[in-house]
Amino acid sequence: MTVEQAVAEVTDGMTIGIGGWGSRRKPMAFVRALVRKGVKDLTVVSYGGPDIGILCATGQLKKAVYGFVSLDSIPLEPHFRKARQNGTLEAVELDEGMFLLGLRAAAQRLPFLPTRAGLGSDVLKINPHLKTVKSPYDDGEELVAVPALNVDVAFIHMNRADALGNGQALGRDPYFDNLFCMAAKKAYMSCEKIVPTDELVSGGPLQSLLINRMMVSGVVEAPGGTHFTECSPDYPRDEKLQREYAATAKDEEAWKAFRAKYLDVSEAEYQKAVTS
Amino acid sequence: MSSSEATRADVCALAVAECFRDDGEIMVSAMGTTPSLGARLAKSTFEPDLLMTDGFNLLLRRALPLGVKPSDDDVEGWMPFGVVFDTLWWGRRHVMMGASQIDQFGNQNIACIGPWEQPKAQLLGVRGAPGNTINHVTSYWVPNHNARALVAKVDMVSGVGYDRAAALGPESSRFHEIRRVVTNLGVFDFNTPDHRMRLVSLHPGVKLQQVIDSTGFELVVPDGVDTTPVPTPEVIGVLRELDSQGYAQKEIVV
Repeated sequence: MTVEQAVAEVTDGMTIGIGGWGSRRKPMAFVRALVRKGVKDLTVVSYGGPDIGILCATGQLKKAVYGFVSLDSIPLEPHFRKARQNGTLEAVELDEGMFLLGLRAAAQRLPFLPTRAGLGSDVLKINPHLKTVKSPYDDGEELVAVPALNVDVAFIHMNRADALGNGQALGRDPYFDNLFCMAAKKAYMSCEKIVPTDELVSGGPLQSLLINRMMVSGVVEAPGGTHFTECSPDYPRDEKLQREYAATAKDEEAWKAFRAKYLDVSEAEYQKAVTS
Repeated sequence: MSSSEATRADVCALAVAECFRDDGEIMVSAMGTTPSLGARLAKSTFEPDLLMTDGFNLLLRRALPLGVKPSDDDVEGWMPFGVVFDTLWWGRRHVMMGASQIDQFGNQNIACIGPWEQPKAQLLGVRGAPGNTINHVTSYWVPNHNARALVAKVDMVSGVGYDRAAALGPESSRFHEIRRVVTNLGVFDFNTPDHRMRLVSLHPGVKLQQVIDSTGFELVVPDGVDTTPVPTPEVIGVLRELDSQGYAQKEIVV
């Protein structure tokens, strides 16, 4: 299928889960397709990077649920920062570990998972919807009940996949893309290359087969699909384009030019623009 | 840096390393240049059992110089983010974080300046600070000790301090420990009856009044404050090897 067909599922007001971590293996081809589609009032659940930043800048993001929003080599996502400081973004800020437990709870169809993380911190103050639970056992310990982070549609990117939807992460960190799929009603996977199943299995250790075909509803071949974020080991982050993107947060004209050149174009045109 | 004279940055790096003394076989996560250098110094010298990563997902068997990429021979294990979370919940970890603001009980803020709802300045967000501080040992590094960083009240509690931990009760706070705060001016801990921040030692050349004037709350100042140990020529030699580019020298405000 195509990225366009995958994002056709997304309608205004939906909650979207986006895999990857910061500016690493972000399914940017899907994010660019969401920009072209122009869906509004989105909630994004993400270990955030330029996915959240771009959707802030285009005005499509109503609410962000995150453990952080960072470009890694640029510690704070500048478009996210701008939206926060302008007060235009509804935010649910969680401890990074709490965020993981929220994904796990959703994947396990549980209402919550308990943790010590968050106790005593202002995370509970800024998120009045968070509640604590008392252990039913003799210890009686009070713990934070991290609510499930259920999402409507999840998008992830893998290095390799087969046409059935088995996916392979060849980088050294799998991140939590499998949980994003399982936390979602529907999940779509892009990949650098669709290969025959034999080649997928022989192309890396079995542990690299992070995604099985139950987890996804569709697979898209999108080479360069995480660009400008990294897709280790296939390609590193494009630091130059990331810097160019980051600088547009302070310059409306530069943002318009960036958008016209890199976002209001087809995926093929984007890939051409960044390789020329 | 080739000089064998100890600089303020060298004193800070050794003070950071001392935070990890006797930690043994646990994972150290050090955020920032001086913490990274200090942790590597500890591992290279008196605390060889520490587990440390390349800053990404590889556990390294030896402390590499700052900025040097590991080769296959340097690797001893795998530490992707999923395992980092398991390790921190397990408690086998000592983290040294920065602090945009820290108060007298060690409440730390890296999230934002001004009201969280619409901050004057969005900073990093809470990141892992709430979970770190309630689950395992934490220390802090402040490269520019001033009254805007060491404050009476932080704008948002990211890392949990002793007063907040005490209010949770002994059950919930049993893994909470803020070991030390190292700044460009001195070393501080919380070994006081009510866990208020205490001056442990002044770096050579720093006057007590300078620290008092640069701190936005009342520090506990014991009689006879020590001077922070100066690294020996041997230790300075190790520091020069671990930071041949002098990155840590540039991080410090003297």
